[in-house]
Amino acid sequence: MDFKNEWKKLLLIIGAFLACFYLPVGKVRFDNAVGESLHLVKWYAREHVLLCLVPAFFIAGAISVFVSQASVMKYLGARANKVLAYGVASVSGTVLAVCSCTVLPLFAGIYKMGAGLGPATAFLYSGPAINVLAIILTARILGLELGIARAAGAILFSIIIGLLMHVIYRKEEEQKTTAQMAMPEPQAARPLWKNGLYFASMVGILVFANWARSGDVRAVFLCCPGGLTTYQVEGALISKTEQSLKILDTSGEIREVPADLLQQVEDVGKNSIYELIYRIRWLLVVLLLGGFSLMVLGWFSKHEIGEWLAATWGFTKQILPLLLLGVLASGFLLGRPDPAHEGVIPAKWINAAVGGNSIWANLFASVAGAFMYFATLTEVPILQGLLGAGMGKGPALALLLAGPALSLPSMLVLRSIMGTRKTAVYVCLVIVMATISGMIFGAVWG
Amino acid sequence: MKKIQILGTGCPKCKKLAENAQIAAKELGVEYEIEKVADINEIMKFGVMMTPALAVDGQVKSVGKVISPDEIKKMLV
Repeated sequence: MDFKNEWKKLLLIIGAFLACFYLPVGKVRFDNAVGESLHLVKWYAREHVLLCLVPAFFIAGAISVFVSQASVMKYLGARANKVLAYGVASVSGTVLAVCSCTVLPLFAGIYKMGAGLGPATAFLYSGPAINVLAIILTARILGLELGIARAAGAILFSIIIGLLMHVIYRKEEEQKTTAQMAMPEPQAARPLWKNGLYFASMVGILVFANWARSGDVRAVFLCCPGGLTTYQVEGALISKTEQSLKILDTSGEIREVPADLLQQVEDVGKNSIYELIYRIRWLLVVLLLGGFSLMVLGWFSKHEIGEWLAATWGFTKQILPLLLLGVLASGFLLGRPDPAHEGVIPAKWINAAVGGNSIWANLFASVAGAFMYFATLTEVPILQGLLGAGMGKGPALALLLAGPALSLPSMLVLRSIMGTRKTAVYVCLVIVMATISGMIFGAVWG
Repeated sequence: MKKIQILGTGCPKCKKLAENAQIAAKELGVEYEIEKVADINEIMKFGVMMTPALAVDGQVKSVGKVISPDEIKKMLV
């Protein structure tokens, strides 16, 4: 027996045995947490995968295949108009960086061969943040406000951070590599209006299929006794007693709010256009699907359709398994937004660390986000859990803006591209910007 | 002998491109050597910004996407 090679396997088996031996099954909090994790996965599978994620993957696949990346790269090249470069860099993440692994090489390229440190940094920051899949899922699960705030914050602050980096380091002469930028092959031109309609109909299908029912009643309540953060539940009132309030919320779940946490109950004013669209939404989706199929069959070659489906499938394979793990972890650690449905981590701790909208809460969230690694999309279930466990909306945005953009591993790679000092400055800028935007958002929309 | 270089930081797309390149070279029966270039500074020396990319005998042939073995075969002749 070759002991030197076998000891690792022995250690693994001992470790697994100890974990099973000491498994805290039977402790209420642990059992509840396991239940929560399974509940959350089921909810995601039922409510979000088919109507939201699947269309989103098709859209992401289409973007990565059909949008001409070469024409976008023109604006980020060495001779590009510098002012325009910042604007393009801040939004091009949606088009260029649908796969997160391309962000770092692109950053290096724009920095050393293209428009320079400023636009490169703007792209680096906004790329992961305005990933089209992330925005769609954020808006869907964490709410439209947070989704829009995330996108707007990413774009705005990427320009600011890019400009600041440029200003701080303008005295340095960048040694541009002499290599010519290798361009992707030009694609067969399809008239812009055809591409536009194609994308618009996919987005339309996504939006209408997810048109949410508005409730009759909205209840505002605290996360935990003496907590700093409040939640809202909208739905149909089932019962109201001195002990608690029961509501059937808009996603079909019964929520019970204890009276001592209840702050306010109000009727929801109904918007007639909104309601009308809600009632005919499936008709709209079917019409759009019909038009969409005609477009695809008529305007796209078999080869193109094949490429699109392959790209879509690639994203699905890459992202869905990790998202599943993220959901399970989030459910187990943080549970659902109800005092009765906590995960392993008590809501009181979350509330103490990142509840409300203090500068400390926002800063803590930014720093934690900057160092933590989030696989694409996993920030959404984790944030959902945190929000449900007492995190304030301001710190939530701070985490959304600092989290996906940075992680300890990515900081190390950045260091190899632009050196320790510039990397440190960049990280500090990200944390500061995320904290500030969190505080502003929390103050206005919290 | 053909020198095939796959430029990319190691994500699934780069691995797929490397696989496709191997298939293409084997089907053509060409003698080949496949090298994976993962260091960003090395990748930039090729002038490549969008990974994954493929270079044959030092010349960049494809940038930014995973191409099929058939398409790679055309580049190896």
